[in-house]
Amino acid sequence: MPLPRQEVDASTPKYLRDKYAIVGVGETTYTRGSDKTTRALGTWAVRNAVLDAGLKATDIDGMLDYSGGDSTSATFISGDLGMRLNFYMDVVGGGSSTEALVGIAIGVIEAGLCKTVAIFRAMNGFSQVRIGGTGARSAAPLVGDMLHNRAYGWQSAGQNFAPTFMRHMYDYGTTPEQVAHVKMFHSRHASNNPKAYYKKRFTVEDVINSRFICKPLHLLDCCVETDNATAIIVTTAERAKDCKQHPVLIRGVVGRCNKPRLDMHYQHGPISTVAGHYAKEILWPNSGVGPEDIDITGSYDAFTFTTMLQLEDYGFCKKGEGGQYVSSGAIGLGGRRPNNTSGGHLCEGYTHGMNMVIENVRQLRHDVDDSCPVGPDGKKQHTYDYSEGGCRQVRNVEVSANLGWANPSTGSAMVMRRG
Amino acid sequence: MTGIQATHLGMPLRIDDLDHENLDYFKHCAAHDFHLQACAACGRLRYPPTTACPWCAALESNWRKVEGKGTVHSYTEVHHAIQPAFRDFTPYMLLLVDLDTQKGQPTPDEALRVAGNLCTPDGKLAPPDIVKRVGIGTRVRMVFSDVAEGLSLPQWTIDQAAQQPEKIWRYPQE
Repeated sequence: MPLPRQEVDASTPKYLRDKYAIVGVGETTYTRGSDKTTRALGTWAVRNAVLDAGLKATDIDGMLDYSGGDSTSATFISGDLGMRLNFYMDVVGGGSSTEALVGIAIGVIEAGLCKTVAIFRAMNGFSQVRIGGTGARSAAPLVGDMLHNRAYGWQSAGQNFAPTFMRHMYDYGTTPEQVAHVKMFHSRHASNNPKAYYKKRFTVEDVINSRFICKPLHLLDCCVETDNATAIIVTTAERAKDCKQHPVLIRGVVGRCNKPRLDMHYQHGPISTVAGHYAKEILWPNSGVGPEDIDITGSYDAFTFTTMLQLEDYGFCKKGEGGQYVSSGAIGLGGRRPNNTSGGHLCEGYTHGMNMVIENVRQLRHDVDDSCPVGPDGKKQHTYDYSEGGCRQVRNVEVSANLGWANPSTGSAMVMRRG
Repeated sequence: MTGIQATHLGMPLRIDDLDHENLDYFKHCAAHDFHLQACAACGRLRYPPTTACPWCAALESNWRKVEGKGTVHSYTEVHHAIQPAFRDFTPYMLLLVDLDTQKGQPTPDEALRVAGNLCTPDGKLAPPDIVKRVGIGTRVRMVFSDVAEGLSLPQWTIDQAAQQPEKIWRYPQE
């Protein structure tokens, strides 16, 4: 009997390519120990995004945010900034939420519910709810479905995803050294990002020689835990023309697309295949482009392996060749298709995906906030010298893809282009 | 039936009184008699307990005895425990085991993949010298960790009676 399967109807009238834009991005500092509530952090980031867009707080009439019970509702953030919202929703979710919420924002604007949506994620992932799962989360009573995983000491994200990572090595011969290149390249990128929490450059050997957390993950295969808030502003391409920044247009989105049975227990295989295998069948047709058209990627790096697996399953290389792809130099600055030029979750800070979208928006504006000198027009004069402490702007970048990850079975993605 | 509250390695575990699927599942485990739900309409087995058949969406199911034998499909070996309960047992192993029953059905990459720790035959977490002997391909059999009346956790131990493969796959770095 065939599995229940839904064919995707991406027929022409549904395309909203280039009809919506991200007009503002903002964030707090990336810290460990913010000494602020998530309410204060969220307010700060949303305000920065509004200012970045050249808007007033009262221009925002829609708000979306996501959390796992570790943040502050849009009601407080919008109220604190004096907004009157026509639409808001607080969504449960972590990684993969950003791109999915952009899709929702487009939908609610298209449906006439509101005009301009701010999306934020505010979290004290180090000083309050540890995103690695230690602290209060590790001591909570186990009930229901948790009896089939957490009761076995199978709880944190790394522990949960590890069977997929291990099986990929078994199925395709992927090596620890190949995957460690992800950390090496992202750390080089972070060294050119003044706001990155970790700016130190690491080698492949540094990763392999760092202590084991849970096989196949060494300490340096894992992302950082930080306190921060991030925000983006979505509105129509028409309104974007009146905003301050060069418009960045949204080509297409796929939101929280799943493997069969939302496979949290790995019943459906191959378990070395992730949700991108399914999501790409929506992303590329909706966007009208393919992987070969993409200049930069933002493949979620909760772990080195997640970056590799997604790039592979979205079709940036052949199935099974993700290890070769990430170790080839393609994902580094100066390479064919740099990934996470901010340093991503491995180095810049952990925000459940939004900082990777912010980075690609800035890349597409050709205005990344690196260490290059500022010219008379107030803009960075990019040198394209990617040595330590230098530039991280990618030359002539036109099209980007963000690949958001919740877990092996759930992912979201978005293609953007320079307007 | 009332719910169950218990502790395992110091961790609080709870099955709510309305959670009939899990109460039934763990009741069989407590009798050291592994059962899974078999769909009343299409007959397929499923794991872990759920409220409908993932292949035909029928709500009704019957508990069917299933042999606890299989092959390690993937694993992780935890060196840095997150939960305090496991700190004294590192490195401990989490196994995903393909049951022999219904393997490769209804599609080639599907299996009843039953999670559990690598244990000694008496259901205690395996010490490091045994952890080092297990990898993808190892033949294992089910044992149980008794937690409370009506609640035992299914676990895995090396199947000494089975023919083991010539080579198992382990992560290259020990």
